[in-house]
Amino acid sequence: MNFFANLGQHANFIVIAYAVAAVILLSLVAWIAFDYRAQRRALAELESRGVIRRSTGRPA
Amino acid sequence: MPFLDLANPTRFLSLVQRVLPWLSGATVLAFAAGLWLAATAPDDYQHGAVVKIMFVHVPAAWLAMGTWTLMSIAALGTLVWRHPLADVAAKAAIPVGAAFTLLCLITGSLWGRPMWGTYWVWDARLTSVLILFLMYLGLMALWRTVDDPSRAGRAAAILTLVGAVNLPIIKFSVDWWNTLHQPASVLRVGGPTIHSSLLAPLLTMALAYVLLFVTLHLAAMRNEILRRRVRTLMLMQAQSAPGSAS
Repeated sequence: MNFFANLGQHANFIVIAYAVAAVILLSLVAWIAFDYRAQRRALAELESRGVIRRSTGRPA
Repeated sequence: MPFLDLANPTRFLSLVQRVLPWLSGATVLAFAAGLWLAATAPDDYQHGAVVKIMFVHVPAAWLAMGTWTLMSIAALGTLVWRHPLADVAAKAAIPVGAAFTLLCLITGSLWGRPMWGTYWVWDARLTSVLILFLMYLGLMALWRTVDDPSRAGRAAAILTLVGAVNLPIIKFSVDWWNTLHQPASVLRVGGPTIHSSLLAPLLTMALAYVLLFVTLHLAAMRNEILRRRVRTLMLMQAQSAPGSAS
């Protein structure tokens, strides 16, 4: 409480700036993590159907 | 592992799997230290406590420009050296750079309102950064428009190199024109003009931002390599399907 009081009359601008930073950066982290899962899932689904890359040594 | 071995996507993926946990841990620690130093930093004699916005705004601005610089080097890798991971690196950096640019614009507005009395002015620095953000969006649109990654990569590389002209304009806009935005006070010829009590949290937050960028960029590159593998397998599946032309 004392910390926010020390931020002075423009405390709301400071708090909103840090909140915006957190939202943008955490959204970016979440989006990249979600994209990774989506690609892994798509890859696993294709491989389970027998579609395999040539470099793995098995026919498609 | 020799540097050239990283041209092999499989070896690159295995390296990324090994370093990502360490990078993530270092990023969290750097942010914890940076936020602690930012919270306990003294007020500025002119800006008061609002100077704390600098610790999230300035590193975002550096990363916004730094990301485009990295993309320009990757563009040369695509067009000149034809490195197999160059356009992967360039494409993966776009959303990360766009996010840092957006963060720079919003926090800059929130800093400007109490200091300048306005959220926005069409001065050279603010406008050139807005143009940078629009160029990031343009590159995203280009990658979505062209289906073939190698064709999209070459077109995006040319656009990236053309857009690099904006980088010195952003950097020197405060020197070349009369702007409401203050001139450089850290990355300048005579050295930083900021007091060490504010410089230490700023540089710690900048380190945290850089570590976050490296972590997210490597993770996004890994995603892009997997996306291309999925695309290749889907094409193979389509070609081997009964009734296909091949």
